[in-house]
Order: sequence, then structure tokens, then C-alpha cells
Amino acid sequence: MSAEFDRKIHDTLADANLQLAIYKATGQLKDDRIRTTADSVLPDYQELRTQANALKKHTIDNLDHYLEEFQRNVEAHGGKVVYCKDATEVSDFVLDLAKRRGARLIVKSKSMTTEEVDLNQRLAHHGMESVETDLGEYIVQLAHDRPYHIVAVSMHKTRYDVADLFTKELGVVRETVPEKQAQIARAVLREKFLTAGIGISGANFLIADSGAVVLVENEGNARLTTSAPKIHIAVAGIEKVIPRAADLPVFLKLLGRSATGQPLSVYTSFLSGPRRAGEVDGPEEFYVVLLDNGRTKLLPDRSRRESLYCIRCGACLNACPVYRKIGGHCYPWVYSGPIGAILTPQFMGVSHEPGLPFASSLCGACGEVCPVKIDIPKVLLELRGEVRKSEAREGLNRLEKLAFRVFAWVMTHPRIYEMAGRMAASMAPAGDGKWIGSLPSPMSVGPLKAWLRERDLPPSPPKSFREMWRNR
Amino acid sequence: MSRENILHKVRTALGRSAGQAVALPPPVRLRLPEVAMEDRIATMRARVEALAGKTARVPTMEAAREFVAGAIAGKTAVASNAPYLVECGISSLPGVRSGIREVGELMAVCAQADIGITSADYALSDTGTLVMMASPAEGRLVSLLPPAHLAVVPRERILTGLDELFTILPDPAALTSSMVLITGPSQTGDIEQTLIRGVHGPGEITVVIVG
Amino acid sequence: MGNRVSLFVTCMVDQLFPKVGMAMADVLERLGYAVDFPEEQTCCGQPAYNSGYRAEARTVARHFLRTFEASETIVVPSGSCTAMVTHHFQDLFQKEPETLALVRAMEKKVHEFATFLTDVAGVEDVGARMDGVATFHDGCHGLRELGIRSAPRRLLARVKGLKLREMAPAEECCGFGGTFAVKFAELSGAMARTKIDAIVATGADTVVSLDPSCLMQIQGALSRAGLNIRTMHMAEVLASR
Repeated sequence: MSAEFDRKIHDTLADANLQLAIYKATGQLKDDRIRTTADSVLPDYQELRTQANALKKHTIDNLDHYLEEFQRNVEAHGGKVVYCKDATEVSDFVLDLAKRRGARLIVKSKSMTTEEVDLNQRLAHHGMESVETDLGEYIVQLAHDRPYHIVAVSMHKTRYDVADLFTKELGVVRETVPEKQAQIARAVLREKFLTAGIGISGANFLIADSGAVVLVENEGNARLTTSAPKIHIAVAGIEKVIPRAADLPVFLKLLGRSATGQPLSVYTSFLSGPRRAGEVDGPEEFYVVLLDNGRTKLLPDRSRRESLYCIRCGACLNACPVYRKIGGHCYPWVYSGPIGAILTPQFMGVSHEPGLPFASSLCGACGEVCPVKIDIPKVLLELRGEVRKSEAREGLNRLEKLAFRVFAWVMTHPRIYEMAGRMAASMAPAGDGKWIGSLPSPMSVGPLKAWLRERDLPPSPPKSFREMWRNR
Repeated sequence: MSRENILHKVRTALGRSAGQAVALPPPVRLRLPEVAMEDRIATMRARVEALAGKTARVPTMEAAREFVAGAIAGKTAVASNAPYLVECGISSLPGVRSGIREVGELMAVCAQADIGITSADYALSDTGTLVMMASPAEGRLVSLLPPAHLAVVPRERILTGLDELFTILPDPAALTSSMVLITGPSQTGDIEQTLIRGVHGPGEITVVIVG
Repeated sequence: MGNRVSLFVTCMVDQLFPKVGMAMADVLERLGYAVDFPEEQTCCGQPAYNSGYRAEARTVARHFLRTFEASETIVVPSGSCTAMVTHHFQDLFQKEPETLALVRAMEKKVHEFATFLTDVAGVEDVGARMDGVATFHDGCHGLRELGIRSAPRRLLARVKGLKLREMAPAEECCGFGGTFAVKFAELSGAMARTKIDAIVATGADTVVSLDPSCLMQIQGALSRAGLNIRTMHMAEVLASR
């Protein structure tokens, strides 16, 4: 792994307050999910997962068809679809539209896809004011920081961090009570909602047969973002499509529960096109930006393709014993946790962070809780194989490769295996049956040293099993 | 153009050709439970109240009017143009601004009002949800900008849940540019997982069931 | 099924925890099984597989297939090694149909020890006795790949003198993960410490598991923390009289 990855992990593990915050927040979300997907509460939970997986599989396997159907229906309802291949095309489109309409202020609701393309930074660079309106995202934006978690973006900020931030960035008197802090943000953002020229949202789902964008939230900022300004732009990865409106209940039943333990999130908006004739309010213009940004790279391989089923619920983060220790910022890209560990190498190439697929004990908790049944451990294993192939090509990590070659040779030659075992046992301290806390320094190298940093070693038994068996 | 480029990449990756037919998707899965109206009403009320919303049940439209008059006493209220509210005599209550058809005015009034009064197209009892479709009768902002929301719903409109909604309404986009499902007051847990209501939508929600 | 079983003790039991293998043989023999130990056995290849060295994993897997070709029933004191054979071998040989056929046949013959007792031998009470308070640690591969949840608990419930207490949170990884334990040592250590906090909270004096690798991680952490809690493999508990 890169030195940076190693260092970030170390720093996060060493921060006791952060450790507590991460573990507590993810523990709460995990318990909430368990409570609302229990057999007694949602008896068809497993059936819903199977159906959701089947729907995603069918859609992704026929993605071009559904994208075209989606576009036709968006246009039939008076909206426009814009395909963008990368971050630059997205910001170019937004900037061009803003310029033509004379809009300078943009309000944004939560969208990991827009984080992926650094949209706010690009817009700011060109003199636009683009304000995040989800409370957590607003806090993260003011702090010039990155989301910590797909759902609980500001879990790493305490109320005192927020107090400092608001005083510094908003010039308000220091306030440490969360309810009051929220009111401060509400007042500031209300003004932005009502004066912004453009509202940019993400999309939880794109409905092909309706040309609709579905937004799921708890605050109401996405509703405001997409109702108050005259222009609404929804930015979505091409993989967000599902075939029919009638498929939505399956996904909604899984999303709220998997993410936060809510049978339904507070607001679900089903938006198709600008306001219709006779409707009193709503945007006059409606655009859906369909983003590739590397998604097409994940399509060719049948099992990697599954990575695109993700509905961004965050359940895998909350279940992951690794995420619950290292948090969101150790991951090198916007997506963290198990889903981040499989998306990042596929989008950025395995060399971007070669340690990432290995930062997992392969416990399988992620695959078990994924509402769309992505086999995350399977993809991690495949990516590990890819890292090794890439290393072999570049002549890296030769020593480890050699070690495993030797391992395979030893393990296919039982006499040699037995001899190697006896040799190791004779060198190891017997510890008179007690576990070993340290080894003399010539022996304390590599894996042994790493092991001993954190826990004791088992003592070497006087005889191996096969020796005992022979002497029975 | 990026459209052709991206679609081409998609097709190539999937081994599909342009315009190629698609096998049938998995059949739609909607399960309709049989639930008596009285049970639906009871469940609806229980769910809304579990989310810290308020509910009331009144026998007649007249009673609904009286209830709302009490609820808005001393407050500035804005009502949507829902015919049901007109029928109940709620739109014409003193202190209620209604009949607004222009978006600028609607935004200004809603931004100042203490409470927004609407009806609802449907309610979903198993989750305590209001279903609101934008139309000449219902603007989006009435249930969104004011810090409190009060919805008056005749009981016939209470469905069992999402599955029933999408069974009777498989194509919401044919009817409206915006269908919103509202389940409880606006809430966030973004500061130390502390539950805070009313940022940014209404922090108080009241559902009045008529009949 | 017959009454003959072959032991695949695993390289870890062979070299580090031989008493686990002896205990397993003891329990099986008491139940009337004739037990053999094919001497050519070494490892299932999991370390290479998990580290991304698929060719090397294949080599070791082929050796396993050869070693146990003649065995009708193979019992394994490890959830993760069992799962390697029954779930992951097929992944290695997708491009070799002949070997894949051998793998499919082998999948049916290999059994994790606790579920062999409950599901194949059909017993829950093996006549064991051990005084104390135990908590059971679900190894991840056994739990999620083999679906093992109730079998070990049913077996422990029949051990005379033993009280069982459940950990909370249950089902969280101990942090071993094979080479993960040394490649991400600090992280693995942090996960181990969270696990032992949960263990201590149960008040148990013994931690039981189906997996020697988990036990090594947990015991290593308990020992480092100076805690007087012991770890035992299910086979050792069931062999206790």
C-alpha cells in the first residue's frame, strides 16, 4: 500500500475521539438497519433483495435500451437529457447554461456523483456560488472538507467543530447547541433557496418508463432545491436507471431501512420534467445530466458489472469492521467503505492505491447487508488478483511473489513442508506453554514483527499433529 | 457528441447492437394486503404519531373546518387551491391566504406563513405517508416552506402502502411533474447524530382525517 | 455414508495447535467413526488465494484434490479452510473443466467439524463435560459462507456444566483475515481489541470458536492485554470429560 494510506490509517486509529465517533455513529445506523429489516418487521426482506438484484441486473445488462427509453420520456415531458463523459463536460454544461440564463447562485442537494466530478470546486473557480444545502454537506463545504460517509457525511465533526466553523465562516456569535446551530444554517440557506437561479440535485433513481428522477431525503433541502429555482439540473451516473415506476416500491423499501433504519425516508420526490401547464410552482426548465466518468469501464466484466448496482445506501460502511475503525477519509476517493474499495480501483486503476483491495479481512459482512446483493468480497478478491498481475508486469513486489511461489512449492511437497515446520518449531521459543510477547531482534522481522506489535504469538508445540498422530 | 460516444461504449461492453430488443424484465412485484378502512386509519395515525407528527380524526367537513380554525388561531396560514379545502370551507377561514396562482406570490406568502394547509391525493397507512401531486390545486411550496404543515384528507384516500399506490398509479409522470411522498416532519441527524426537526422542511406536521 | 472419515487438520492445526486435531479425532472415534489421516496433506491454499496469487493457489488446491481423492468424507476443524474448498476452489478452476469436475465432487465430501456432528452424524450431545462460562465467536467464513449459526450453539448447550453467554455486538470480525493480520497489523490489532472488549463484557472465562485462526488472533490479543480468559476450539471443548 502507499505510504499515505498507511499513514492515514495510523493517524485515524490513534485519534481516540474520532474512533469513538465513527464506531458510535456506524453502530447506531447498523442497529437501526437490523431493527427494521428483522424477520418480524419485514418478512419479505430477502425476497426484496433478490428482486432488487434481478432488476438491477436486467437493467445494467441492457443499459443502452433503458437509457434511450429514459431520454425519450424525459423529453416527452418537456425536459432535456445531456450525456457527459467526464467532470469537465458536466461543469462546462452547467457554466454555459448559467451564463446564458444569467444565474450566479446555485443551490445543491446532496449528490455523491457531483462530489465525484468536483462540481462545486469547478463552479467556484469560474465565479459561481454553489452552496450545499444538506446540513451535513453544508458543514463539510464550509470546512473545505470531504464527506466522511455516504449518508452521515459530517459524522467526524463535533458540535464544537460546527460552532467554530459557523463563527469563522458565517460571522455569527459562537453557538454550541446543535438545535440552534441547525436554525442558523436554516436561516442562511433559506435565503439561498429563494434567490438561487439554478438548483442542482443528484438522483437516487432514474425511472426509464416515466422519464423521472427520484430523490430520497430527510431534510427537505432536495425538495427546495428542485422546487424554488427556475432551473433544475439532476446529475446522475448512467447506472441509476431502473425500468418502471412500479419497480420503485421494491427499492424504496430497501433503501430507507438499509441506510438509516427508516421504513421510508421523510421525503421521496418523483420528478418528471419542468412544471406542467396549470401547475402553480416548480422549475421552468428541467435537465438530466447522465454521467459516464468511467462507468462504462466496469461494464465489460460480468461480475465487476455488479458494482454498478449500488444504490448508495451506506449499509456496507456501517457493517464493515474496517470502515468502523478507519472512517471515510482514509479512502483515496469520494466513495469509502467496501463499495469504495471496489469502485475506486475499477474507476482509477488498481495502481491508484494498490493496498485498497487488501484493506479487508474478507469477513463478508458487506455482501450480507447489501440490499442489491453485490458480492463485494468476490470483487475484492478479483481486484487482488489484478494488483498482483499489475505488479508482475511492472516488476514490483518481487519478494512477496517469490515467497508465495516457495509457499506453493513447499505445500505440494509434504516432506519438505514437514521439515520446514520442524525447523521453524526448533527456532521458535517454547515459551513454556505461555504465549510469546516478544522475540529476540534477529527473529523479529517481517510478518512476525508486525504480528507482535499488536498481539502475542502462540508458543511452538513440542510435536506437530502429524508427529503426535504417528505416535498414537 | 458524448451521447453517441457513451451509448456506443455501453453497447460494446454489453455485446449489444443499437436498437437490439430486450428480454422481458423481471415481473413487477407489488403485493396488495387486504386491510379494512378502520384499521388503515388507526395505522396511519399510529405511524404519523410515532414520527412525532400530530393527527386528528373528525367526522365531517364542518368538523374539519372547526379543527383547522383552532389549529391556526393566532397564526398566519396559507392554503393550497385544493377543491377539498374549498369544500370544507377551510380556504375561506379568516387568516388563511388561498387561491394564489402566481409563483412569485406563492413563494413570498409561503416564506412568511406560520403554517401551510393542504389536502393530499393519497395517504399510505403502513408508513404514515402523505402523497402530494403538484397540480393547479396543489403547489409544491405550501407543504414545504412554512415551518408547519397541516393536511386534511378524506378517509377514502387512505391506501395501504406503496404497493397499492403504484398499482393504482403506475404512471405518475402522466399526471404531474412532481409527486412527493411525505413521511413525518423534516429531520436531520447531521450534528453528532442529534435528531433535529424542521431543517429545512416543516418541523411540525398534522394530519386531519375526515370521516 | 459409512463410518470412515478422513481428517484434514489444516496447516495451522498441524503446526501450531495439534491438540485441536487430536481432540477432533477423539470426538469422532467416540462416536464410532474410523478416522484416518492422509499424510500427504498440507494446506488448502487460502493464504495464496486471499493474497491474489491465484496460480500458486491453484497449485496447492490441486495437491489437496489429489491427497483426498480416495477419501469419502473429510472433516475439517476450520470454517475458513472448509469454505476455501467448498466455495472458492471452483473460482480457481473455471477455465479447467476436468479439474472443475473434481472440485464439484470434492465440495460434497468436505465438512466443517461442528456441522458434521449435527448435520451428518446427527448428534448434539457427545457426552462432553466442562465447567465454566463460555462465549462463542462466530468465525466469518463459517458464518457467512457456510451459514453456520445454530450448530455450534446447540453442541455447546449440551456440554454439562457449561454456561453459554452471547457477545454484543455479535458477528463482528476478530480482525485476523489471513495476511491482513500482518499487512494491516495496527488495524487488525484495533479490531482484535474491540472483539476482546465484547468478550470481557460477557463475563466468560472461555472463548470457543470453530476456527483456529480466529482463536490465534483472539488469544494473542487476550494475552497481550494480560487477561485471564482462555480460548478453546470447539473440538477441545467437546473432547472434555
